[in-house]
Amino acid sequence: MPTFWLVVFVFALAALGFLAGRARALHSAGGNARDLHSLPNYYGANVLLTTLVPALLVLGLWLMIQPSVVQYRVSGMIPEQAIPENSTLGLVMMDVHQVAAGLDLAVDEGALTEQEAGTIRTEFTDLRARLGELGVALGSDVRPEVLQAAQRYRAIDASGHRNMVIVVTLLALAGLGFSWQHTNKDFRARNVVEQGIYALLVLAALLAILTTIGIVLSMFFESISFFKLHSWTDFFFGGTWAPNFRGDSELSILPLLWGTLYISFIALLVAVPVGLFAAVYLSEYANGHVRAFAKPLLEILAGIPTIVYGLFALLTVGPALVSVFGNGPEGLLGVDWMSGATSVLTAGLVMGIMLIPFVSSLSDDIINAVPQTMRDGSLGLGATKSETVRQVVLPAALPGIVGAILLAASRAIGETMIVVMGAGAIAKFSLNPLESMTTITTRIVSQLTGDTDFASAETLVAFALGITLFVLTLGLNVLALYIVRKYREQYE
Amino acid sequence: MYDIATTEKTVEQQVTKISARDVQVYYGESHAIKDVNVDIEDKTVTAFIGPSGCGKSTFLRCLNRMNDTIDICKVKGEILLDGENIYDPKVDPVQLRAKVGMVFQKPNPFPKSIYDNIAYGPRIHGLARNKAELDEIVEKSLRRGAIWNEVKDRLDAPGTGLSGGQQQRLCIARAIATEPEVLLMDEPCSALDPIATAQVEELIDELRQNYSVVIVTHSMQQAARVSQKTAFFHLGNLVEFGETGQIFTNPEDPRTESYITGRIG
Repeated sequence: MPTFWLVVFVFALAALGFLAGRARALHSAGGNARDLHSLPNYYGANVLLTTLVPALLVLGLWLMIQPSVVQYRVSGMIPEQAIPENSTLGLVMMDVHQVAAGLDLAVDEGALTEQEAGTIRTEFTDLRARLGELGVALGSDVRPEVLQAAQRYRAIDASGHRNMVIVVTLLALAGLGFSWQHTNKDFRARNVVEQGIYALLVLAALLAILTTIGIVLSMFFESISFFKLHSWTDFFFGGTWAPNFRGDSELSILPLLWGTLYISFIALLVAVPVGLFAAVYLSEYANGHVRAFAKPLLEILAGIPTIVYGLFALLTVGPALVSVFGNGPEGLLGVDWMSGATSVLTAGLVMGIMLIPFVSSLSDDIINAVPQTMRDGSLGLGATKSETVRQVVLPAALPGIVGAILLAASRAIGETMIVVMGAGAIAKFSLNPLESMTTITTRIVSQLTGDTDFASAETLVAFALGITLFVLTLGLNVLALYIVRKYREQYE
Repeated sequence: MYDIATTEKTVEQQVTKISARDVQVYYGESHAIKDVNVDIEDKTVTAFIGPSGCGKSTFLRCLNRMNDTIDICKVKGEILLDGENIYDPKVDPVQLRAKVGMVFQKPNPFPKSIYDNIAYGPRIHGLARNKAELDEIVEKSLRRGAIWNEVKDRLDAPGTGLSGGQQQRLCIARAIATEPEVLLMDEPCSALDPIATAQVEELIDELRQNYSVVIVTHSMQQAARVSQKTAFFHLGNLVEFGETGQIFTNPEDPRTESYITGRIG
């Protein structure tokens, strides 16, 4: 039975269990639902859960574990000498997989009977040609060891699957029978369902956390294999970023880090004053109508996909900057400081625009959280509105605003599309904002999308860059949340 | 219960500091204050009493135009401070609030040091020419606010770290520091415990030497203890205004009598 139908079967059984459990509970109370401990549906749900949950859990675990068990048992069959020169067990196992899949296909298409697939020998048939007719391309002739392993692989896999179907079906039936047996009017079905829901919620929360840990770990292991190929001192303390295909690349994060921080700095230089002033206007000066109209409008900026910002940088802001700072005598300033549209300033300006709603919306919330009595106190002493904002409201909101700025900074550092399109691709240390530079995120993109060998240091460096970036933004976020939380306690 | 020695309080005749004529206040559609006429005297404590929502706080906030900060609030009629209409277009509300200080219901020290809290007003209005003068103003205000001895060793500590009663006296000292002529107090003791309340009340009595004090209170005992004049508000009307002793012992209006004896309110 294919796994899909097994799942359908278990669900059907559970649905049946629901009805049966409900009916049995009602029956035990003589048809009077008020004599039951819980509502009738809870008894049904109890049977449903006991049928479904253990069976599906076992099914899931089985599906996860079986491939590695089969792999382990089959790989023992491949003798040491069967592994060709400059190849590995892993590569031979890939062949085994492919042959096994080919045999599966052949059986499905009717080219081979199940019997033949299990006993066929390379000595008598040209398997490569027969599989080739079915569209399964094999790199080389099938060697006897590989074919045997593939046949063994299919056999173990099939028996494993058979066992799984039996175990899951039995488990579902047992759950159904057990819970149905225990259903009577005094059974606390409601409490059981409550625990089931609790477990579901915990599972959801765990899943999110585990995924994060999984992402970090996968990056971590790839980074480790990078550091085996490349010295960590060059990565962290070297001064040059120059990947090449000869294998003597200089892969140092520092020039990229410099570009990242420089562009983020310019972005914050744009976003913080504008966003903060917008927030002060919206929360302190604007009347209800303007606020109801302007705030959503400002937040639309936050909904624009960053690739659109990237286009804006490349097509509008970059050329505009060139026409001011470049073009020689024909330019607006008559200087020739900027040659191409991509530059630190282009990316920084556009990224700043992207961050404005981020800063303003967070700051607006924080400014609104400053108690009105604070403003009244200041106004009551004869201070003007702007004196009140400057000397009372903003200092009171300062920790929260700092938190908002740090969150914006961590977004700026992790931003990719705008810098891919607006910042350029040259890694260097320079203070000139009109030159193009590159960032950690753009290099990750270009290292992974290139044509290089996946196991080379030039590709794996992307993971080391990624994990450094992650640590950087995580640190900023934690700091920001710490500050924001500390501030919140002040007025509660 | 109200036979406290209020009747024997000597009330010298004083100059009128603030006089309100036909004041109407509207909150959007609702008519919050109706035809209020009242004369508030200098160097006197005037108490506004009345049930919740009767408009006493609203009227208090009209006296230094704090209602200007509320968009839907409209004030009609005249309020004269030393004979000058404070709602005249040529009057700057910001300057007015420096002359008519205000203390709020909940202590609201700024999240700054005690020193900076007091120095806030003087700095804004440029009252001190140098640091020494500012120090002097801060000390004088804290002494007048009857809190100097408690905070003199920790002027750099944050004002928010003080106890509730201390915070309220700090706020009173802060209001005094700008040298106002009138001090408005909106239920200044409602967030305080009895001991802190007693301290603030004592302070209010001392402030009478220099200022005209207007206090809104829910506690009739407090009105009787601290004020010389009392105004009773009910449903937006000024029902009765007179000597505190007279209001509490021999009210003219039956509504006043019902309120002070606890039958309405």
